[in-house]
Amino acid sequence: MLSRTADHLYWMARYIERAENVARMLDVNYRMSMVPQAEGGIDAGWGATLSITGLEDAFRSKHSAATMEAVLEFMVFDGTNSCSIMSCLRMARENAHAVRGTITSEMWETTNDTWLKMRDYPRWKLAGSEIGEFFEWVKFRSHLSRGVTLGTMLRDEAFHFIRLGTFLERADATARFIDVKYHMLVDGAAPPDTAADYYQWSALLRSVSAFEVYRKVYRDLITPVKVAELLILNDQMPRSLRTSMVEVFENLNALSNYRSSETERRAGELQASLKFGRIEDVFARGLHEYLTQFIVRVIDLGNRVSEDFLVPMSSS
Amino acid sequence: MANPSSIYDEMNSADGTVRSHYAGYKKWLAETPPERIAQKRAEADLVFHRVGITFAVYGEESGKERLIPFDIVPRIIPAQEWKQLAAGLRQRVKALNMFLNDVYHDQEIIKAGHMPAEQILSNSQYRPEMQGVDVPGGIYAHIAGVDVVRAGAGEFYVLEDNLRVPSGVSYMLEDRRMMMRLFPELFSRYRVAPVEHYPDMLLTNLRAVAPAGVIDPTVVVLTPGAYNSAYFEHAFLAQQMGVELVEGQDLFVRDEHLYMRTTQGPQRVDVIYRRIDDDFLDPLAFRPDSMLGVPGLLQVYRDGHVTLANAIGTGVADDKSIYPYVPDMIRFYLGEEPLLNNVPTFMCRKPDDLAYVLSHLDELVVKETHGAGGYGMLIGPRATKEEIERFRQLIIDTPERYIAQPTLALSACPTFVDAGIAPRHIDLRPFVLSGKDINMVPGGLTRVALREGSLVVNSSQGGGTKDTWILEI
Repeated sequence: MLSRTADHLYWMARYIERAENVARMLDVNYRMSMVPQAEGGIDAGWGATLSITGLEDAFRSKHSAATMEAVLEFMVFDGTNSCSIMSCLRMARENAHAVRGTITSEMWETTNDTWLKMRDYPRWKLAGSEIGEFFEWVKFRSHLSRGVTLGTMLRDEAFHFIRLGTFLERADATARFIDVKYHMLVDGAAPPDTAADYYQWSALLRSVSAFEVYRKVYRDLITPVKVAELLILNDQMPRSLRTSMVEVFENLNALSNYRSSETERRAGELQASLKFGRIEDVFARGLHEYLTQFIVRVIDLGNRVSEDFLVPMSSS
Repeated sequence: MANPSSIYDEMNSADGTVRSHYAGYKKWLAETPPERIAQKRAEADLVFHRVGITFAVYGEESGKERLIPFDIVPRIIPAQEWKQLAAGLRQRVKALNMFLNDVYHDQEIIKAGHMPAEQILSNSQYRPEMQGVDVPGGIYAHIAGVDVVRAGAGEFYVLEDNLRVPSGVSYMLEDRRMMMRLFPELFSRYRVAPVEHYPDMLLTNLRAVAPAGVIDPTVVVLTPGAYNSAYFEHAFLAQQMGVELVEGQDLFVRDEHLYMRTTQGPQRVDVIYRRIDDDFLDPLAFRPDSMLGVPGLLQVYRDGHVTLANAIGTGVADDKSIYPYVPDMIRFYLGEEPLLNNVPTFMCRKPDDLAYVLSHLDELVVKETHGAGGYGMLIGPRATKEEIERFRQLIIDTPERYIAQPTLALSACPTFVDAGIAPRHIDLRPFVLSGKDINMVPGGLTRVALREGSLVVNSSQGGGTKDTWILEI
């Protein structure tokens, strides 16, 4: 496969996944904003969504305060913000457009249709109660995109590059989700003692579609340690760090070329540390520190994938 | 301008009766409720949009894409008429390839006095780099899109031979797919010759012209990229043939061969179906500012280590100043009389022709010799006084840049328009493939000028397309 083609496929998948994660992040904040909170709590929540994405400076250059309206405008519609849902879906479509001969026609049509609808999405709908519907829509377009990939793509190189992109992006996003929520909460093993704390935890679980999953797995009260264990180490939870890294590792193995062995080793090492890791050790080390380290390693893997497979190889 | 009543209508004959090959369709049209037709037309629009069968229009807001209007009334050609047309096309393309081989080798046609040397050698489309270069099978125009119009029953004229990078074949294929989807019942009433095997035929043809000694040639489609107006077609053909769609940046030259960069390392490329103009192919040999091509490609090509389809330098055979000589080429190379008509052409570089043209501008169609896509032409009978005067000055300034032809009474085909169904002028672009043999799928792309009375069918000028049916019996 052409390196450039692989690059487009990989980024197409990453942008779709990114759009979904931005929608999840905004959705959970929107839900939280309806829960009574301490003075300034709501705006702090919206500010935190910006810090996840590292976009505070870009935001501050355009808006004075992190109000819900301003953050939504910036993170949903702002075409100059490369992480807005608008930008992600446009980039996904542009990448798909460049390789429409490699993906199935269903995949192309899905991605193109998503972009066309997003481009024409009526803005007034985000001002009212229909905002939740919009986030659901973004998530379902992403589900559809993944479903079409699984249901129509030949299990060849193209497929593995798409999956690699999806799960590297997801590993990164889930780690940031956990990190930002723990930032806002007192850490510790005690169950949350206020209703607001409870909602914070349940909102985090809901943001990764894990609320019912938690009940099913633990049949217990919601505690920070168990939430972290579920989202980091659980091998059955589809958005956990472990599941994402298993997928990254397996897709990398399938793609293996003459220069990728070190990348595969690093992915394998990270995957093994999640497989054999214990949540007690994670907390002993410090959750924030652990997640920061994890994100650095995921970024490193992304760079190495580009080096090994995507960036044109030297012709000499 | 021909009197409207003398225009050949593809469906109805002059006495008002329906032509026999359209009888079944007309009956179906009468039986089908208008609501159903309207609903199907809307469905066609929706599907074309979703599938993204669009084209970019130069000069409009960048990245803006439009649909080419699709008309649901097919253009039907009886088997016998197609047989004659196909024979004429084969003959013509064969002679054109022989002409190109001759131009770039011994130039017998000049020596024999049939064409003036300067007409060829000082033509901007003549490529001295190709002189003496042997190409596989002596084939230069592997894909030709010959524009044909009908003036009367059995009376076909060739308007131009597109031998560089003719486009439109994807619309031919998509239009058929759309008609079969919308109106399957019509295909049980009519035995329509299939066209779906075009990509297979194209791939077979491209593999047949691989450099000598290559057993299992790697074929690629070379595109200028996603912002090109015909990108949809490039991607479509690559996908249908199952070959890589590459851009210049994906290719590089090493050790006198051409490679593409892949996820598994460099891979040799043997045949390039290129959809980039000559000027942009190799920045070392042609335009140095081109980012679209591959540095060093020309040398690899001249060494015979890669095949380009079409070859470099085919423009010298489809230039409008060369067009008037095609009938002579057929007589010279094949010893046959041309089966298809050429439109009588006045060459403004000739003083007598120039004088005639200048005094008949209001009756003639004036074209730039290197123009394409319906840009830079004057249609005398429809032009304003100002336009005519502007062209008069242009022609006087650089007569060699212009030719002129009488306006033909192009045939018209019933077409859906705002006010119902009305005749609109059409042409036909069959795609003729030359490799080991000359092949074509029955039919081609029918383009229709949607504006009343308009003769310009180009999509960039508001033209639409129709499915083309060649009947098997």
